[in-house]
Amino acid sequence: MHHLLVLPILVPLIAAGAALLAWRQRRMQRWLGLAGAAGLLAVAVMLLVSVANNGILALQIGDWPAPFGITLVADLFSAVMVTVTGLMGAVVMVYSLVSMDPARESFGYYPLLLILLMGVSGAFLTGDLFNLYVWFEVLLIASFVLLVLGGERAQLAGAIKYFTLNLIASALFLSAVGILYSVAGTLNLADLAVQLPRLGQPGLITVLAMLFLVAFGIKAAIFPLFFWLPDSYHTPPLPVTTIFAALLTKVGVYALVRTFTLLFTQDIAYTHTLLLVLAGLTMVTGVLGAVAQMEMRRLLSFHIISQIGYLLLGLGLYTPLALAATLVFMVHVIITKSALFLVSGIVHRLQGTYHLKQLGGLYQSHLGVALLFLLPALSLAGLPPLSGFWAKFALVRAGLEAGQYAITAVGLGVSVLTLFSMTKIWTEAFWKPRTVQEPVRVLQGRERLLYFLPALTLVGLTVLLGVLAEPIFTLATAAAQQLIDPSAYIQTVLGGAL
Amino acid sequence: MEILLAVVIGGLYAAGFYMVMRRSMVKVIIGLVLLGHAANLLIFTVGGLNRGAPALVPVEGAAPAATDPVPQALILTAIVIGFGIQAFALVLFKRVYQAVGSVDLDKIRTPDT
Repeated sequence: MHHLLVLPILVPLIAAGAALLAWRQRRMQRWLGLAGAAGLLAVAVMLLVSVANNGILALQIGDWPAPFGITLVADLFSAVMVTVTGLMGAVVMVYSLVSMDPARESFGYYPLLLILLMGVSGAFLTGDLFNLYVWFEVLLIASFVLLVLGGERAQLAGAIKYFTLNLIASALFLSAVGILYSVAGTLNLADLAVQLPRLGQPGLITVLAMLFLVAFGIKAAIFPLFFWLPDSYHTPPLPVTTIFAALLTKVGVYALVRTFTLLFTQDIAYTHTLLLVLAGLTMVTGVLGAVAQMEMRRLLSFHIISQIGYLLLGLGLYTPLALAATLVFMVHVIITKSALFLVSGIVHRLQGTYHLKQLGGLYQSHLGVALLFLLPALSLAGLPPLSGFWAKFALVRAGLEAGQYAITAVGLGVSVLTLFSMTKIWTEAFWKPRTVQEPVRVLQGRERLLYFLPALTLVGLTVLLGVLAEPIFTLATAAAQQLIDPSAYIQTVLGGAL
Repeated sequence: MEILLAVVIGGLYAAGFYMVMRRSMVKVIIGLVLLGHAANLLIFTVGGLNRGAPALVPVEGAAPAATDPVPQALILTAIVIGFGIQAFALVLFKRVYQAVGSVDLDKIRTPDT
């Protein structure tokens, strides 16, 4: 039963290895990529069901007892994140079948994507801070190569910023891990949660918390540290952009949520207030950046930053309702943001550009595409009854209950600006008559199916998340309880050693 | 010994951050390498520096002043990862130089593709 915990790492690894062995057979690699991502989704769903029924699962690799060995843990939060990883992997894999060019496919696109999925799953499941560093490096190396695969000038220029800033973040993370080890003598998350309060040095722990905040903050693209993101995310082919937008920054947010609920809760008045301030600044700068853009992918990239602010807001409020809202918001934003990116890819396939000035007339010529864009766009802005409404509603309610009126007002104001920038894409790309006289391409048969199926799936899910808000919030509240009161987590990992 | 290493590590961090903020790509790589070394040495030092003590301690009785082996295992992992990443960095920066024709980071603008 507990061996389910290894499978989300093993399945993509085996598929990636097999795909590397089939280096010269492009068809074979495609099938292996699909099989790996579908397998990951399947085992992730099994894991989620198991965690929902049996509570938190932990596995000590090689039967070494807890603080000494390698630990894998899945609570509800981790299990949900792994499931979303599997879903996004499968969706992007299908989309890649038509939209990825043969040259990139021949140079290891599928094995790299699988290794990226493995790294992300590993980061969500590990119960040890140093292993978290290792998984971060695994997914970073895969993402570096995916980002530059193809070697176009824009890709290289974007990659250099992404690469340098992420490496600095890794060096800071490693330093913080080293200092934390010297203070606490352990790196196992559950053991740390027990040891840190016993040290009686909240000041020192808060300094360490700030080091981790900077390291994870660069990876999660929060306010003063996000500049690498909008400069690099629009350069690679669209499936790569989509999987980056869906998962990479969210791993940073996951690490922040994990460490700031489990470890750094000694001086909440300082650390979590700082998180709230950063959340507000991240939301505002992200959305203001988005409003100014004329390139679709760049505009959407700035929105990623703005949405990270909402996730931080939930963490900073640090109440059960706020954390539940963060979890729902995380799933919602991964799905809707990816749907928007996939639709922008369809738009590019139809009219050959991402630039809003040159696009136009899509509402008239392709009503289906227009609807596929409109639903996730409204969901992102937070209109009922779509998923974004419930997530934002819960966040706002948590903010008001906690008495944080200013930050709640900022969150609501940013929603309006989000709606405004979505309207901008809508009027420019869909409503405005087309000025460029070029024939619009037509998608047919298999190509049409493979382009629309992933986007349709995600748009369907964002509607479904809105309709099924009640059971989803029940699950999220249970997950938030596990985060707020980590005794079950600690008990499961350390066993009777407490 | 710890004091000396602390000064060295501080110097490495300072030099690393200074180099990373330069405009030349070559200096940025050197900066990244220095930062990696600083982090590794930091972990090495926090493990405690004891010379001449046995690496194996008896199961029972008081443990002699042995050096904690865990940080050294951590560094070993970190060095291997750092080596791979630095190799990738060199290739990436060389390709950027070929594509852009300059080592000046300010000349690299990401266009709206």
